[in-house]
Amino acid sequence: MGHTLGEAFALLASLDSRLLQVVGLSLRVSLSALALGTLLGLPLGAWLAVSRFRGRGAAIVAINALMGLPSVVVGVLVYLLLSRSGPFGGFGLLFSPAAMVAAQTVLVVPLIAAVSRQIVEEAWRDYAPELSLIGLSRWQSAFLLLADCRFALSVATLAGLGRAMSEVGAVMIVGGNIDGYTRVMTTAIALETSKGDLALAIALGLVLMAVILALNAAAYGLRAWAGRRYG
Amino acid sequence: MFPLRIAGLAFAPNGKAVLDGVDLELSGEGITVVLGPNGAGKTVLLRLLAGLLPAGRGRLDWGGAALPSGRLAMVFQQPMVLRLSVWANVEFALRPQALSPAERRRRTARVLERVGLAERSRDSARLLSGGERQRLALARAWAVAPRLLLLDEPTASLDPGATEAVERIVREIRTDGAKILMTTHNLGQATRLADDIVFLAAGRVQEHGPANAFFARPQSAAARAYLQGELPWRLPFAR
Ligand SMILES: Nc1ncnc2c1ncn2[C@@H]1O[C@H](COP(=O)(O)OP(=O)(O)OP(=O)(O)O)[C@@H](O)[C@H]1O
Ligand SMILES: [Mg+2]
Repeated sequence: MGHTLGEAFALLASLDSRLLQVVGLSLRVSLSALALGTLLGLPLGAWLAVSRFRGRGAAIVAINALMGLPSVVVGVLVYLLLSRSGPFGGFGLLFSPAAMVAAQTVLVVPLIAAVSRQIVEEAWRDYAPELSLIGLSRWQSAFLLLADCRFALSVATLAGLGRAMSEVGAVMIVGGNIDGYTRVMTTAIALETSKGDLALAIALGLVLMAVILALNAAAYGLRAWAGRRYG
Repeated sequence: MFPLRIAGLAFAPNGKAVLDGVDLELSGEGITVVLGPNGAGKTVLLRLLAGLLPAGRGRLDWGGAALPSGRLAMVFQQPMVLRLSVWANVEFALRPQALSPAERRRRTARVLERVGLAERSRDSARLLSGGERQRLALARAWAVAPRLLLLDEPTASLDPGATEAVERIVREIRTDGAKILMTTHNLGQATRLADDIVFLAAGRVQEHGPANAFFARPQSAAARAYLQGELPWRLPFAR
């Protein structure tokens, strides 16, 4: 055990190229998914917060439920959509980083939408009379409240990144865990562990933990700074 | 839009009447102050006029029309302050109007100047003091050039200096052509600002008349009791 741990640190210290490649792809895929997820999830959540329509309750329940969807299920779903016979089969995206971005986006959108719906709706409850009297449209109100809540929302967004980076099931299914092409940290950890190469698995695990820790520290720091700066 | 005729206006959300047949006629000029004890329904009346609450029964007649033809603005007792700059907190209120960006900037700058917040434009609005927040809310309302401005206790919990600043701004908005309908518990403020007084109690308008007449000779027993209750040497248990 002590021996493997030593090896793991040696891999980290030597900036092992296999390791760097896997970490790099993980970050690229998950950050892309986060960017797309934010672009879709924030407006969706804010719009749900300020609008009133039949079926709104059902939509909110659905999004809250999707937030807890197991990533393997998302993987299967995206697999079916992207496979040769699926509706998007023509693009030939299966087993590519693009497919992984798509799967992680599907994972992240409900999370960001659900949390931002909650945050924006709280602000909306307080401000709805003033905003409607001023005559803002629903969309204008939604975007104004997104701006108002931006610091709380950034935390939701970082939680989305955490979910994307740490999931394994979806990227495994739609990416295929191809060495040097679609292998990311979580799939590499799963594979190396099953092969018995614990050193690489542990090294990747440490990097993953460090990234998640850094994200949380960043979120905490941002909120503290915003509290002082903006009240 | 004026005269505004309110006839038999009622608001009874849970069977219990908050407003129980309010009759009132308001001209389009000057400052009308609504007085009345806590819970009399002053805030409810302002919200009904702003269309923010559904009236139970009764009629609003805006100079012959069912809806106001001019712009209406309201400053709430706890005004909304967004976590944005002072500037942005005023500017967004102009977005629903068909104004060029340059005109929007011009108007925002002008009202911030007139409420004395021009140098604070870039500061975060959440860091403003209570008095400054109230002036910010007045600037936001002023920016849209309202024909009717509703103010709900605009100086509650402000110190005398901040109160005076708000009163000066209110007069200027009136001079700019807005009819002002406001509530307050500050009787000194009512004597300073009001052209006419509406006294609301027990769900109805008990009195409506020129301010000096109201303070010199309140007609209703409820108004007399309210005015005497406000005198500092009249302790509650002495009544
Ligand atoms: N939306 C509402 N639904 C039900 N009841 C309400 C609503 N708004 C106000 N009320 C009730 O109406 C009554 C009058 O409230 P209102 O806020 O108008 O009093 P007020 O005259 O403004 O008092 P204050 O001087 O304390 O501000 C209160 O008993 C309050 O609980
Ligand atoms: Mg009130």
